[in-house]
Amino acid sequence: MSVLGKLENGAVSRSGHNSERTDMRYSALSLLGNAFSKNKKWTPAWRNPDPKPHYDVIIIGGGGHGLATAYYLSKVFGVRNVAVLERGYLGSGNIGRNTTIIRSNYLLQGNNPFYEFSMKLWEGLEQDFNFNAMVSQRGVVNLYHSDAQRDAYVRRGNAMRLHRVDADLVGRDQLRDMLPFLDYENARFPIMGGLMQKRGGTVRHDAVAWGFARGADQNGVDIIQNCEVTAIEREGDQVTGVQTTRGPITCGKLAMAVAGHSSHVARMVDMRLPIESHALQAFVSEGLKPFIDTVVTFGAGHFYVSQSDKGGLVFGGDIEGYNSYAQRGNLACVEHVAEAGMAMIPALSRVRILRSWGGIMDMSMDGSPIMDKTYLGNLYFNGGWCYGGFKATPASGYCFAHLLATDTPHETATEFRMDRFERGYLLDEKGVGAQANLH
Amino acid sequence: MSSLVKCPHCGLRPREEFTIRGEVPSPRPASDAPANAWFDHVYLRDNPRGEHREYWHHAGGCRRWLVLSRNTITHDISAVVDASTLKAGTKS
Repeated sequence: MSVLGKLENGAVSRSGHNSERTDMRYSALSLLGNAFSKNKKWTPAWRNPDPKPHYDVIIIGGGGHGLATAYYLSKVFGVRNVAVLERGYLGSGNIGRNTTIIRSNYLLQGNNPFYEFSMKLWEGLEQDFNFNAMVSQRGVVNLYHSDAQRDAYVRRGNAMRLHRVDADLVGRDQLRDMLPFLDYENARFPIMGGLMQKRGGTVRHDAVAWGFARGADQNGVDIIQNCEVTAIEREGDQVTGVQTTRGPITCGKLAMAVAGHSSHVARMVDMRLPIESHALQAFVSEGLKPFIDTVVTFGAGHFYVSQSDKGGLVFGGDIEGYNSYAQRGNLACVEHVAEAGMAMIPALSRVRILRSWGGIMDMSMDGSPIMDKTYLGNLYFNGGWCYGGFKATPASGYCFAHLLATDTPHETATEFRMDRFERGYLLDEKGVGAQANLH
Repeated sequence: MSSLVKCPHCGLRPREEFTIRGEVPSPRPASDAPANAWFDHVYLRDNPRGEHREYWHHAGGCRRWLVLSRNTITHDISAVVDASTLKAGTKS
């Protein structure tokens, strides 16, 4: 049987270091075949190579965006002499620290086509990279609590539809059937309805990192973990390479995908950014019977919740409101999120929180990302994703790869310019940025 | 972050009494300064990983603006001074 034959050819030693290609293709048949061989022939999903002295492209940051960039660079644009340098282990950053929500319900011209491009990539992603990322288009509902808010959502829904993105205004009665446990009669913030994007939903976030890593690795990309960049070498207005904890590496092009720590890495080339780093917490409750089918977001406070396939409620709220590089939050914010949650779903008062964790956000000054060339000819920047990095992962990777390979922005990412603050062309989707009191 | 912050006027006070404004920016440019000086002042941040100087407002106490030196990794606060002690036109 060809599948089994391929498995045996692809099998590599499990002991210690391996640098052999692992090109096993996952399928129902491979599951069956491996079951018959007592699951002893599964091979590692990606190699663990030593860094080579030179790469055409080095991507700093082995998070979702860096790995997606490497994947699309090698797959779509044929650039294969690529390394991804990761300070820790794959999935240790924000790709594994978010609330797993995907959606493309954006208003602005510069945002909507990009996030819809991302949604379309999510829809075909698992077949594309042959990995089960549990993409679940269960719907995203944004609640509204006043006439003015309804009008704003109608406007946003219409803007989405003009971009051929699905949007439905759900009235209060219909919403009551879908989400009966919400506090509809709240005296101060009665729920009047919601804007729903049925194609929105959730994705298993760390599987996204693994899937992109495996796909990129199979295309020849070297994914180098435990390799922190400590300095960037320059010659004139060009970057020549990086110093790392695993030795110096030279490169043709250098790409930063280190959102959360962008300012820190940018300082290595004396670049200051319109970005502050803030901690954002996420929470998971104990496992419950199914009761929230969709993603629901509160319109009267900052709170968003969905229920994982294991039954835990996954939810989050505001950033902490002060600069932080510590991947943990404080209790005042836990209280704030819990209060917002209970205002929306009173039944949450009896739910126990199992885990919470913090990730570091690049909060840009207009709340929108930056993906652009820099003042150094061959240094490229991708960051400033604020709260919204996860849903953007595939499109961010695709568009950044496009920028790296062709030196021109992808048609859906032309507004994410670094100089837009200087020119006065802010992309202020919600009129928020790093200032927590504007959220 | 620690739950108690030492205000130079009020002594040890709970963290909830304070509002954090953010990084002490470069000095405000002159009104006729070129646009890029204003861009720098309004938009760009040092955002250091480590020692960070930032404005705090003791809203629930003396209502004075303070300048804290805080480590953004450990959240240790090394110094708190009244903002009026800053020299005009400088960051220190």
